[in-house]
Amino acid sequence: MFLTRTLPTLLAFAFGAVAVLIYYIPHGVAQEIERELSLWLRILYAFAYFLGLYSILNLHWTRIQRRQGGWAYSGVAIASFLVMFLFVVYNDGAGPFAPQASAGGYQWMFTYIHVACSSTMFSMLAFYIASAAYRTFRARSSDAAILLVAAIILMVGRVPIGHAISDFFPEAVAWLMEVPNLAAKRGIILGVSLGAIATSLRIIFGIERSYLGGGDE
Amino acid sequence: MTRDSMLFLGFIGIFVILNAILLVGGYLDMSWTSLGVITAAGLTVSLYSFLYRDNPLFKLAEHIFVGVAAAYIFGIYWYQSLYGEVVVRIFGIGDDPATMTQRLLLLVPSVLGLLILTRMSVKIGWLSRISFAFVVGVGAGFTIPRYISAFLLSQIEATIRPITMDVDGLNLLLILIGVVSVLVYFFFSVEHRGVVGGISKVGIWFLMISFGASFGYTIMARLSLLIGRIRFLLDDWLHVM
Repeated sequence: MFLTRTLPTLLAFAFGAVAVLIYYIPHGVAQEIERELSLWLRILYAFAYFLGLYSILNLHWTRIQRRQGGWAYSGVAIASFLVMFLFVVYNDGAGPFAPQASAGGYQWMFTYIHVACSSTMFSMLAFYIASAAYRTFRARSSDAAILLVAAIILMVGRVPIGHAISDFFPEAVAWLMEVPNLAAKRGIILGVSLGAIATSLRIIFGIERSYLGGGDE
Repeated sequence: MTRDSMLFLGFIGIFVILNAILLVGGYLDMSWTSLGVITAAGLTVSLYSFLYRDNPLFKLAEHIFVGVAAAYIFGIYWYQSLYGEVVVRIFGIGDDPATMTQRLLLLVPSVLGLLILTRMSVKIGWLSRISFAFVVGVGAGFTIPRYISAFLLSQIEATIRPITMDVDGLNLLLILIGVVSVLVYFFFSVEHRGVVGGISKVGIWFLMISFGASFGYTIMARLSLLIGRIRFLLDDWLHVM
């Protein structure tokens, strides 16, 4: 119980308290500790990625083993991972223990597969957003009308045709962004900040321990 | 033969013929760049086929993307973080200026990182809690002063300013009304009726304008990506522009 729950809670408190305090200590050593902790966090994020990688590969491998529906696609996912992985490790002939090469198979796959697929995936959302806008318009409520009018003014005001039609559109966009949009964003930011601070305090003082997961072991 | 199979085979057939014409016509050559263009075009069209409906072409392209993306991120984390910030420093590769103390200190996140990986085991998975406690604790500790300084205080300071009797003053007043009404809308400890209900309604209007602006920007960003992909297909691949 001590090792599985109490020790992690104590560690979270200790590191959390140190991270808070060093912000208010204007000394070189405090800044050095802050840089070191930030570096450690970056390294741990990299290790945490391996958990995600294990999870996705395990998911696809299990599908293949159990011959679940669409298992062949899981095979494609693992095969494409392995091909890209080989290029990553090969590193254009330099191997994995050298700075990353800016050419070779890795860059080729990045440019012609990763970039092409990601931009296509995101661009497809244009169609679904148009469909969502249509459904919003059909809602016929005052809130939906405000949302759509703001969106239309912004889009018309941000493209050359808006300037050509009237100076009203670019000026309206500037006002829209600097006054009502800013006010709403500021309200949201204040709410989110208060929530984040409250949650952080709960974590540091051991009230919030959901990150430890369930069970005592 | 199912409709999906016909679609799949039909696409492959048309795609092969089209690329053969482009190669014979001299629009594409037998280079890695042309092969890349053909691959990207095939994947782009396959992904867009989802607009018709979910089909094997889309699933195939989607799973290729998932696999490549997973390995791509592995490359980013390995070369930039694990190799660039851990291996190079600990083993003093190249002209890294890290001192012996800095090198030894890097063993701490390395061990914590290895403890994260124990999550894969049921038996010793609890060890990963130590690493998660560090990540969550430091993250929470960093959050508190930064959010207070960068968001809370600076945003309040920018909101509560002297109101002058001109257009700028009117705008400042509107911002103040907007911020207060949005905060009232998000304050759920009081029932939104009467005066509170009226103020929160004003907050909703401000929020709708903001969401509308974000919506408009999102549409523009997605459309520019769509234009980019169509341009790629028509210009780089088919050479009809």
